[in-house]
Amino acid sequence: MSVLELSARRLLDEMAAGRLTAVEVTQAYLDQIGRHDRDVGAFLRVDAEGAIAKASDVDERRRAGRPVGRLGGVPVAVKDILASRGELVTCASRTLEHFRAPYDATVIAKLKAADAVLIGRTNLDEFAMGGSTENSALQTTRNPWDLSRIPGGSSGGSAAAVAARMAPLAIGTDTGGSIREPAGLCGVTGMKPTYGVVSRFGLVAFASSLDQVGPLATSAEDAALLLEAIAGHDRADSTSVDAPVPPYSEWIGQPLEDLTLGLVREHFGPGLDAEVERAVREAVRVYESLGAKVKEVSLPHSKYCVATYYIIAPCEASSNLARYDGAHYGHRTDEKAMLAERDAERRHLESSGETAAVDELDTALVRMYRRSRSEGFGAEVKRRIMLGTYALSAGYYDAYYLKALKVRRLIRRDFDKAFDDVDLIAGPTTAAPAFKIGEKVDDPLAMYLVDLYTVSANLAGIGGISIPCGFTAAGLPIGLQLQAPPLEEDRLLRAAHMFQQATDWHTRRPPL
Amino acid sequence: MPLTREQVEKVSLLARLRLAPEELATMTAQLDAIVGYVEQLAELDTTAVEPMAHAVEQTNVFRPDEVRASFDRAEMLAGAPKADGQFYLVPAVLGD
Repeated sequence: MSVLELSARRLLDEMAAGRLTAVEVTQAYLDQIGRHDRDVGAFLRVDAEGAIAKASDVDERRRAGRPVGRLGGVPVAVKDILASRGELVTCASRTLEHFRAPYDATVIAKLKAADAVLIGRTNLDEFAMGGSTENSALQTTRNPWDLSRIPGGSSGGSAAAVAARMAPLAIGTDTGGSIREPAGLCGVTGMKPTYGVVSRFGLVAFASSLDQVGPLATSAEDAALLLEAIAGHDRADSTSVDAPVPPYSEWIGQPLEDLTLGLVREHFGPGLDAEVERAVREAVRVYESLGAKVKEVSLPHSKYCVATYYIIAPCEASSNLARYDGAHYGHRTDEKAMLAERDAERRHLESSGETAAVDELDTALVRMYRRSRSEGFGAEVKRRIMLGTYALSAGYYDAYYLKALKVRRLIRRDFDKAFDDVDLIAGPTTAAPAFKIGEKVDDPLAMYLVDLYTVSANLAGIGGISIPCGFTAAGLPIGLQLQAPPLEEDRLLRAAHMFQQATDWHTRRPPL
Repeated sequence: MPLTREQVEKVSLLARLRLAPEELATMTAQLDAIVGYVEQLAELDTTAVEPMAHAVEQTNVFRPDEVRASFDRAEMLAGAPKADGQFYLVPAVLGD
C-alpha cells in the first residue's frame, strides 16, 4: 500500500513501529504536490526544505527513543490565515502579500509542539470571505474532482489538498461554513467545532463572534486526531472554552447507542438538488440500519439565517479590517502619487470656484488610508466592509445590527429546542454540488445563498461536520452535514465514524 | 427605499475606501440587492428578545495583572510600510 493511501492514524502507527520514516512520508506528499498542484492550485507556498528538516528531526528522535509529539512526522497543510512567527501570512490578500507574522498563533504553536510537519500554506478566499476560493487575490484553486469547478471555500485550498491526497491533514477556518462547505464539495471530512473549542489567538480576524478553526482530513478518525492536537483552553483568547479536551481519537471507535437523528423540515424544500437529496436520504437510511431512530424537527427561523449572517459577519468584518490602514503593516499606497492626485483635485476645485468642496477634500492622511485600502482589498472584501459600515452607521444600527443580534438568539433557541428531541441534526451540507468557476462571480447574493445550511451553526455557536455521502452522476462529491449541541464534538466524530465504518465514500479518490 | 449613489459614496468615506466611478455604480446596485434581502428580518417581531452578541455568553474573564515581556519594538516596526526606527510614519496631519 502506498503512503498516500494510509490514514494519519496508520502513518503514526507505521512510523512508531519503524516501518516508515517521517522523511519517507513527507517526501511522498511533496512528490504528490509536485505531480498535481500545478493543476489544482491548492497551495500558495510549499515549504519542502522546512518539512524535510522537521521530518528528519522527528526520525532522529524516534530512533534515539526520545519523546515525539502526538502528530510526530505527519504532514499538515495550513490555511494561510494563521500566524507563524517570521513567516508570511497573506490571507490571500494583496494587502498582506508580503507580511510576516511576529508571533505564532496558538494553533500553530500546538502543531509545532505536536511535531506535525507543516508542509505548506493553502489558498483561501481573501480574508476567508467567500464560498468558492475565487476571491483569492493570489491564485485560482480547482476542485480535484472536476478541474473546471470551484473547490468551495473559503478553506478551498485545504479541502482540495486533502481531496487530492497532497496532505493527509489540513487546518481550515469556518465563519459561515468555510470548512464544511469545501469539505462537502471536495469529498473530504471537515469539522467546525463549537465556538471556543479551538483558540483564535493568531487567527487573522474576519468575524470574531463566528470564526472558528477546525480540522480537515480523509476520515473522522483522522479529524479527531487533529482536533485533539489543536483544541484546548488558551489564556490568550478570552472566548476560549475552559474545559478539558476529551480524548476524541480514543473514544471514536465507540458507536453511539440509542442515537436519534433529526431531519430538519425546512432543509428539504425547493432549491435542494435532487441528487443531493437522494444521497442524503440514503445516508440517513444507513444510520437507521445501524440502529438510529429518525425524527423530523423544525428550525422555524432557518429562512432568516443567511440574512442574519450577512448583517452580523460584515459588521464585525468592517470593524476588524479597520486595522489595515497602510500605517502599521500591509500595503501602503505610493505617497507621491497620492499627494499629486490630491493637489490636482484641489486645483481643479479652486479653478472652478467650488470652495466648499475644497474644504471637504480628504486630508493627506485620510487619502492615504483610502487609497491604501482600496488598492489592497479585493471586490468582495470591499463589499463586506461597505455593507458592515452601512449597517453600523448612525440611524441604521437598530434596524440592522441590533435586529440581527435578536434574530440570532431566536436561531439559537430553535436549535436548543430541536436538541431536546434529537441527539444530532442531519442534512445536506450544501444544496447543490460544486459549481463552475466564474458561474456566480457577478451575483454576490447568489454566492451568499450557498451558505444556506452552514451559517446557522456559526450563529448558534454549535459544532458541525461534513462527511462524504455519495456522488452525483457527473462524479461530483456530496456532503452530509451533522450538527450537535454545544461541546458535543465527541458525539459528532463518533457518529461520523460509524457512518464511515459502514460506507466507503470517504475512501474514493479523484481521477487526477 | 433604494440606496443612492450619494449614500454609498458617504459610506465609502466612513469605511476609508475610495471607489472609482464605475466601482461606485456596481457597488450601489449590489449593496442595494443585499440590503433588500437582509431587510426580510423586519418581518419578525423581536420586541421581547434579548440581543445575542456572542455564541458563548460569558461574563468577564479575569486573570492576575502580571508584568510580562511584550513584543520587541524593532520586530513590530519591521512590518511597517514607513518607520524611523522609533515611530510609524504617516503623511503630515497638521499644517495641511
